[in-house]
Amino acid sequence: MFGFVLRRLAVAIPTLLLLIVFSFVLMSLAPGGPFTGERALPPAVLANLEAQYGLNEPLWRQIWNYVWNIVVHFDFGPSFVYPDRSVNELIAAGFPVTLTYGALSFVAAVVLGVSLGVVAAIWHNSWLDYLAVGISIGAQVLPNFVMAPLLVLVFTLWYRLLPGGGWSFNDPSFWIMPVIALSTSYMASIARITRSSMLEVLGSNHIRTARAKGMPEHRVILRHALKPAMLPVISYLGPVFVSMITGSVVIDIYFSTGGIGKAFVDSALNRDYAVMMGVTILIGALTILFNLLVDVLYAWIDPKIRY
Amino acid sequence: MVIDQQKMQSLSARMVEAEVKGRSPWADARRRFFRNRAAMLGLTILVLVTLFALFGGAFAQWSNEELDFSVMGRVAELGAPSLANGHYFGTDNLGRDLYARTVQGTQISLMVGVVGAAIAVIVGTLYGATAGYIGGRTDQIMMRAVDILMSIPYMFVLILLLVMFGRSMSMLFLGIGLISWLDMSRIVRGQTLSLKNREFVEAARATGVSSFRIIIRHIVPNLLGVVAVYATLLVPLMILTESFISFLGLGVQEPLTSWGALISEGAGTMNYGTLWQLAFPLFFFVITLFGFFFVGDGLRDALDPKER
Repeated sequence: MFGFVLRRLAVAIPTLLLLIVFSFVLMSLAPGGPFTGERALPPAVLANLEAQYGLNEPLWRQIWNYVWNIVVHFDFGPSFVYPDRSVNELIAAGFPVTLTYGALSFVAAVVLGVSLGVVAAIWHNSWLDYLAVGISIGAQVLPNFVMAPLLVLVFTLWYRLLPGGGWSFNDPSFWIMPVIALSTSYMASIARITRSSMLEVLGSNHIRTARAKGMPEHRVILRHALKPAMLPVISYLGPVFVSMITGSVVIDIYFSTGGIGKAFVDSALNRDYAVMMGVTILIGALTILFNLLVDVLYAWIDPKIRY
Repeated sequence: MVIDQQKMQSLSARMVEAEVKGRSPWADARRRFFRNRAAMLGLTILVLVTLFALFGGAFAQWSNEELDFSVMGRVAELGAPSLANGHYFGTDNLGRDLYARTVQGTQISLMVGVVGAAIAVIVGTLYGATAGYIGGRTDQIMMRAVDILMSIPYMFVLILLLVMFGRSMSMLFLGIGLISWLDMSRIVRGQTLSLKNREFVEAARATGVSSFRIIIRHIVPNLLGVVAVYATLLVPLMILTESFISFLGLGVQEPLTSWGALISEGAGTMNYGTLWQLAFPLFFFVITLFGFFFVGDGLRDALDPKER
């Protein structure tokens, strides 16, 4: 197991480095820099600015400095557009918010999705099953950027129940709509996957044996059916995590939650490459870490996996 | 010699007669597909939406860039959908005709979806088939490259690309094309692995056909079923990707528009009472996604031998 994790890390670290090099090469190839504005700066000023941010050094040197600062000081450098703010500060301000509603959405999607799928599979072809399938088909075409306006329309503009935007760590009413908007479509996919894999497992021989020896039905399902049925769901968790992080950008923009996505889109519109790269690399690292966790979990549940 | 003339005649008649028509797997699949009611509904929706995109512009009474000064400033009261002033879908908050803009958004979104899926089909199929057919170390390196690319948060990289090289349609296509083929190549590789040891491939190899020709002539045609299913399911994903980026304001730029951009505008103005601005683009977006998912599921049921 330890060797397996080490080997995965040996792939993960070059991936991150590749991402950094790729971003730097893109940045150097792109026409116009972060200081290209409406008015052209005098060459002397431009040269000074580039020297201050180290952009006048050769590319490999810039990449080396960047990686070195991240690894040794955990410092993503200064923002190009706001000279008094560092990328670290911007990330530190937004990350707790994103993490809070992101984690809630993830848990909601998994718990509700799995429950819905299991219920649909147990009472196969009953009205519950049809309801679950209906919900999951409907939710498939309601991605977060469609759910968000619809929720605001219903709960804020029509019924005036929930605040239409903003964020407070103390008031859960600010959390509800972001979590629903972010989790619905993934909950639907998880429910679909759980249902079909649960149906397959329930038809297999070991379940028949368990029932034949008179085991109570709830134990059959919880002990013998659920574990193997979870395997496809677990391998789907990696993609869900990535899409949720991506989706959080929409949530941050639409609900003004002030999470990390806001910093990303603002920097994209301002061509603030330092912030964009910082966020991209941080998210890349999180994604790789999460995929590693999923693989370990998978290997732990499925005894057929050898590493 | 007297040969029983009648017998000979019946024999010759039997020989001339067209041979008994067998049912090819494709005909079988087609029959299953056409009997699937959800898939037929999806297909009908898609045909209608395509017709709307192609010919809807001919019925528009306003162009998509024209401002209607008579409703400007009072869009909530005067800009509602009406047949009388030619704004079938109403106007947006600037007084532009929403019908013309929806037609244009539909064109762009469909085009992005189809082009993205086409890139995925071509690149993904060739890449996956090559990796699977050659096998060994080449296969390992090629698929490891796909693994690495897949673990990159592509939406962020796509936005990075769009920002650094300017937001243009061609950049959008390139960016979406860059990421869309990864899943396809994995699926195709898996299928190729199971195909490459079959007798007809062995026969081709024994007669000295080159690897490239075997991949093109013998492997790829046998993959078409799987590829068709995933391509149909990819189109809505590409549309979703594009809409997502346009919703953030990072995709297609004015005066061009797409469903994502229209939904974003509609969502931004709904508290002024111009709900139609959200409703019409959203309606087309949702029914098209439904259409593609239904057709994709129908194709999978029709072509997947496991379901028989």
